[in-house]
Amino acid sequence: MSERNISVTLKVWRQKNASVPGAFEIYKVDSVSTSSSFLEMMDLLNEQLIEEDKDPIAFDHDCREGICGTCSMVIDGIPHGKKALQTTCQLHMRSFNDGDNITIEPYRSKPFPVMRDLIVDREPMDAIMQAGGFVDQRIGAAQDANALPISKEIADKSMDAASCIGCGACVAVCPNASAMLLTSAKVGQLNLLPQGKPEKDRRALNMVRAMDGAGFGNCTNIGECEAACPKGVSLDFIAKMNRDYAVASAKEFFGVVG
Amino acid sequence: MNLDAKVPEGSIEQKWTNAKFNYKLVNPANKRKYSVIVVGSGLAGAGAAATLGELGYNVKCFCYQDSPRRAHSISAQGGINAAKNYQNDGDSVHRLFYDTVKGGDFRSREANVYRLAEVSNAIIDQCVAQGVPFAREYGGMLANRSFGGAQVSRTFYARGQTGQQLLIGAYHSLSRQIGLGQVKMYNRHEMLDVVLVDGVAKGIITRNMVTGKVDRWAADAVVLATGGYSTVFFLSTNAAGCNVTAAWRAYRRGAGFANPCYTQIHPTCIPQEGEHQSKLTLMSESLRNDGRIWVPKSRETAAKIRSGEIKPSEVSEDERDYYLERKYPSFGNLAPRDISSRAAKEACDDGRGIAPTGFGVFLDFADAINRLGRDVIEERYGNLFDMYENIMGVNAYEQPMQIYPAPHYTMGGLWVDYDLQTSIPGLFAMGECNFSDHGANRLGASALMQGLADGYFVAPYVIGNYLGAEIPVGKAGKIDVNDPAFAEAENAVKEKIEKMLSIKGNSTPRSLHIELGKIMLEKCGMARDDAGLKEAIEQIKALREKFWSDLKLPGSADELNVELERAGRVADHLEFAELMCRDALDRSESCGGHFRTESQTEDGEALRDDEVFSNATVWEFKGLDQEPVKHVEKLEFDYVKPGVRSYK
Ligand SMILES: Cc1cc2nc3c(=O)[nH]c(=O)nc-3n(C[C@H](O)[C@H](O)[C@H](O)COP(=O)(O)OP(=O)(O)OC[C@H]3O[C@@H](n4cnc5c(N)ncnc54)[C@H](O)[C@@H]3O)c2cc1C
Ligand code: FES
Repeated sequence: MSERNISVTLKVWRQKNASVPGAFEIYKVDSVSTSSSFLEMMDLLNEQLIEEDKDPIAFDHDCREGICGTCSMVIDGIPHGKKALQTTCQLHMRSFNDGDNITIEPYRSKPFPVMRDLIVDREPMDAIMQAGGFVDQRIGAAQDANALPISKEIADKSMDAASCIGCGACVAVCPNASAMLLTSAKVGQLNLLPQGKPEKDRRALNMVRAMDGAGFGNCTNIGECEAACPKGVSLDFIAKMNRDYAVASAKEFFGVVG
Repeated sequence: MNLDAKVPEGSIEQKWTNAKFNYKLVNPANKRKYSVIVVGSGLAGAGAAATLGELGYNVKCFCYQDSPRRAHSISAQGGINAAKNYQNDGDSVHRLFYDTVKGGDFRSREANVYRLAEVSNAIIDQCVAQGVPFAREYGGMLANRSFGGAQVSRTFYARGQTGQQLLIGAYHSLSRQIGLGQVKMYNRHEMLDVVLVDGVAKGIITRNMVTGKVDRWAADAVVLATGGYSTVFFLSTNAAGCNVTAAWRAYRRGAGFANPCYTQIHPTCIPQEGEHQSKLTLMSESLRNDGRIWVPKSRETAAKIRSGEIKPSEVSEDERDYYLERKYPSFGNLAPRDISSRAAKEACDDGRGIAPTGFGVFLDFADAINRLGRDVIEERYGNLFDMYENIMGVNAYEQPMQIYPAPHYTMGGLWVDYDLQTSIPGLFAMGECNFSDHGANRLGASALMQGLADGYFVAPYVIGNYLGAEIPVGKAGKIDVNDPAFAEAENAVKEKIEKMLSIKGNSTPRSLHIELGKIMLEKCGMARDDAGLKEAIEQIKALREKFWSDLKLPGSADELNVELERAGRVADHLEFAELMCRDALDRSESCGGHFRTESQTEDGEALRDDEVFSNATVWEFKGLDQEPVKHVEKLEFDYVKPGVRSYK
């Protein structure tokens, strides 16, 4: 755990708002402790920029511990950087060397327009959830929680899907800007559980259609999304959703959607 | 200030039932005529917005993140309590009530705590129905773990991501209502003031964080569910955006602020390393189920560990001081948070800290790994061990974790009556932003419980009652945003923004926040005393002056301006911090997380003064240049007799 100070050179995308073009700018940051996080390095740079009467770099962040899904940069071409299973805020400067050049961009994806610098608009993802990412039940009308045993395997699998943090890295990395991984994680979480079964078909149909409607692209099984997902959500959920969707479409044809 | 707690009649078991029966109802056809504003989309806010929307009210919900799913509740790790007694280990509603009142060091309102314990079971039912994938046993039943301050296993969890799963559950329900058009969601909108028309809350002022536009919003009732204020310490376990602004603006408009000095410093966080740090990371309390906390018995050994001369594993058993097990044999490593934190501080102040800075103790899993195997530990805490390794660069399966207490949760908040209404009619406060249930110390896994209790199960009754009783149907939804009160509030917001932008000094908002944090941590942190608090008040005033004369802000008001947002929050923290210190100064006893060094027992435990302080202190704003007025709500203990809070 021997920490030291390093210098890095950043090439950062700067853009004042959605309606003006952006461009890269180069910044040098010195005396970055390797124990600091990537975002702490950005904080340091921003303090430096304010001192120099320049505009600090706008970026999204909140929890800074990899769970809220707010941070969203593309670092050296990969959303959340090249380290697997990590969000940008979990990335530490320990992973960089003195003198490194680092390129930092916003998510580049049609459904996510840039709002400023590294901040993009990710609201279309919420639209997908609003179309079916829930169990239709009244608050307060539930039966006793243990009245419905659920095997550990199913609960665990559902939890694997539910660990999606909605950061949008899967969309950002996909050449088609598809939101299949995100959508399938929610469909998977709920369709696996007995509580979600009654609306299984409806959910798959509505969420996939909402995804198409919100401007996300088609899935062509490239698989970049799984690699970029900081929570390791598996492509299997896409396969499962495709099955659910196919069954639901057939049932819809016969007018018996569940 | 009217501090009538409106505690319902009847025995403690009957109060909530009686209240629900006596509350006014709004008939289903009329509900859609009423509008409610909910600020916040955490467990309390999302829960309330979804529930009220589902009932048919017109709801507007606001949050500062880009999606309601990102509220700070998402980062809760360990679990949520409920009195299900699924473990058959002696739990009951009464025991959860008792533990919470005792855990809060007899500084909470019994009736509220009982209601919390009473609805706890329905919360678990609700979450399961929503599709929250709680941990389960092989037989398909829900699993439980233990948390500090309790001798039963009543904590439900979803890996180390319980808050995430509960919030996503609430977000499911909220999303459904948004999709149906019952709730209108406003992301990236920061509430900057409450609007009162003739003394009654009728709306809010927000700033659109993307365009900078300042807007007026009107409603028949306003709910604040805006979370806690631990970021007054700058470094805390909270998300970077957490702040006191909403609660503070309500206080400035006349809402009483209760017990601001009650803050929780959590014992198991990763120690601070350097000046660049922007947050402290919590290592869930659940780790204390299997980890043993220790420091070396001698200062010399501690020094050798700090310098790297020896490894912790080389310290023999009889050279180690498992101080919690030694001091509190019956609770051991699961002693409540306030007590564990102080014990860590005591050991480090004694020169036996083991982190490079001297401020750190070990949390050691070697015994548990020997006993249960690495697989079991990995299954239970894998993500936490990963998180630790990522931040510290150390593998905790092989070497003990280093931990130290960090600011984490705030028990103080807006004063509310039994109906969660602040002292401003029509303004409600739910979740961490109110003061209601945890007294002077919160037990682990009880904040999530409170957030959801308030949002799902209390909000629908108390908001319905307020609307039904106070606002005739003919007047519902008829508030005019052109009322002079809205104009006045909007102008005040704009003036503050302009003023901050016009200073053009040399100090960045972040640097001022860091300065404030240092003052607060040193003088209003784990140990407080008369002289230190008085000094802190003067230092805060000076820092506030520096803020208003030397602030440096880039950019303008009508654009996405992160530093402007930050500055506004720091400005409010700088006002609030003074009140916090005043409250800490006024409460010359020790209780729970509030430790006044002047008031301790011979063996260094918190010494309460029930004669004088068996109350909640509620502060009333009288202008920044005036002292706030102190009120008290006397606390009665009819069911849990205040005793010495012993965990020995
Ligand atoms: C790291 C960590 C771990 C924790 N673990 C546990 C645990 O295991 N068990 C447990 O019981 N508790 C735990 N807690 C505590 C618990 O998470 C919180 O107390 C609780 O989630 C607070 O919920 P809330 O709904 O009151 O507020 P929050 O979830 O903080 O939500 C606040 C909301 O208000 C909005 N908001 C705030 N100000 C404004 C404004 N001015 N304008 C517009 N919107 C605003 C925010 O956008 C957000 O939506 C933990 C806390 C932390 C920090
Ligand atoms: S800031 Fe929350 S996940 Fe990165």
